[in-house]
Amino acid sequence: MGSGTVIVGTGQAGFQTAASLRTEGYQEKITLIGEEPHIPYQRPPLSKGFALGQQDFESIELRPRSFYQDHRIDLIPGKKVTAVDRGQRSVTLASGESFLYEKLVLAVGARNRKLSIKGAKLDGVLYLRSLDEAVVVKERLKNAQQIVVIGGGFIGLELAAVACSLGKSVTVLEALPRLMSRAVAPLISEFYSGLHASKGVKVVCGASVSEIAGSGGKVQAVLLANGTRYSADLVLVGVGVVPSTELARNSMLPVANGIAVNEYLQTSDENIFAIGDCAEHPCAFAGERVRLESVQNAADQAQCVAATIAGRRNVYRALPWFWTDQFDVKLQMAGISNGHDCVVSRGNAESRKLSVFYFKEGRLIAIDSINRPLDHMMGRKLIAAGVPLTPAQAADESVDLKKLAGSIGAAHG
Amino acid sequence: MPKVVYVSHAGDSREIDVPAGTTVMAAALKNGIDGIVAECGGVCMCSTCHVFVDDNFFDRLPPAQDTEEAVLEIAAVERRPTSRLSCQIKVTQDLDGLIVRLPEKQR
Repeated sequence: MGSGTVIVGTGQAGFQTAASLRTEGYQEKITLIGEEPHIPYQRPPLSKGFALGQQDFESIELRPRSFYQDHRIDLIPGKKVTAVDRGQRSVTLASGESFLYEKLVLAVGARNRKLSIKGAKLDGVLYLRSLDEAVVVKERLKNAQQIVVIGGGFIGLELAAVACSLGKSVTVLEALPRLMSRAVAPLISEFYSGLHASKGVKVVCGASVSEIAGSGGKVQAVLLANGTRYSADLVLVGVGVVPSTELARNSMLPVANGIAVNEYLQTSDENIFAIGDCAEHPCAFAGERVRLESVQNAADQAQCVAATIAGRRNVYRALPWFWTDQFDVKLQMAGISNGHDCVVSRGNAESRKLSVFYFKEGRLIAIDSINRPLDHMMGRKLIAAGVPLTPAQAADESVDLKKLAGSIGAAHG
Repeated sequence: MPKVVYVSHAGDSREIDVPAGTTVMAAALKNGIDGIVAECGGVCMCSTCHVFVDDNFFDRLPPAQDTEEAVLEIAAVERRPTSRLSCQIKVTQDLDGLIVRLPEKQR
């Protein structure tokens, strides 16, 4: 038997590559190495059910420990890969150990973007990406009373909803003029501003955070450039992530906004793939190269690469989809709405049932849905298959999306 | 403890003791039932925990919510009248002996 496949990263993408390789019938050695000390787990619940205390670690493990032995996956948690030798085809760990590979999959993820303002390192300023960080957030939330969340994106708002549900006083500070503005249309942002306000969360958009003030090393307040001061005994920061590209860079692999890969998710070295949060790939649905941070992207890219490694070379063409849970409302997003030039909707905010359809040059490119799950699921089929739909049809409730989608085969789940 | 019987697409049965309150999906993952993928972790965003519930049990389950119904429409293997997402089926004592059949594929 040869040296097989080495996967760096034990997140959803790394895990799914290993699992899918076996499903694809791959018989060679699989080595799955990750920096985190835990067996692979789901990240989405960390800012939702886990933070709320509704889910424990066992319930967010992707698979129980026995899965890895049963499927002959050599799982090596708690180890950092520090170098790739492309000539030798080997990776070296910080501990000095090295592993040969035939194929290497970089599923190294991303890390939180850190604030660099004054006071950013005070005790009580927390970030959330890993399980260990989530454990700290959950623990500190217990005794905190005044929470300031910096960043009105998905993570910030999910954490704001959690903190509010736990009875805390919560303020969200978003730098841009509206919530989740890079992802959704103004209609959806307004809905979420209203939702958070109705639960008692204070939402401040256009907030330019200038400093975190503290005393005795502990956080006390967040200050805006305009002089406004928000008292806080806990500050939760969700201002985006930075892809982990050092390993690729040091291996002389091209890096843009992520490790650059082609339509097969291969780097410039045909034996090295990059997938998930760390990779920038050409996306037909976005019409450009994108780096996406989502479960769907991680799992589908992993599946694609696994098939290729197992001998069934495979172009990546899965439709992106996303979700966020805040309070009791789920926002479901299909497609990539960037670059849209026309927006129409079905339903309305008052009924709490609302879908927004995004068009670009007359073509449907994305749908965001609140409590209209069939719009979302049918939207995935319609967008993936490129079924023509006009803005007028999209806005017309009597046009049955299910019937339209019925003319095409089962979409990728 | 209630038992759940998982029947693979190939026809192999495995009977598993499942604590009440656990979902049919979670019990499958915990016990190494490979026909359940559960990509989204049980939040009704993917269809990779699709099962066909045995006729004798189907009517005893609480009905599917709209979100689940919508997801079943995109299942990799076309839904049938007794299709459910196993992440939405909570095992109870009343469902002791529940039989679920796994589709040929989940993705």
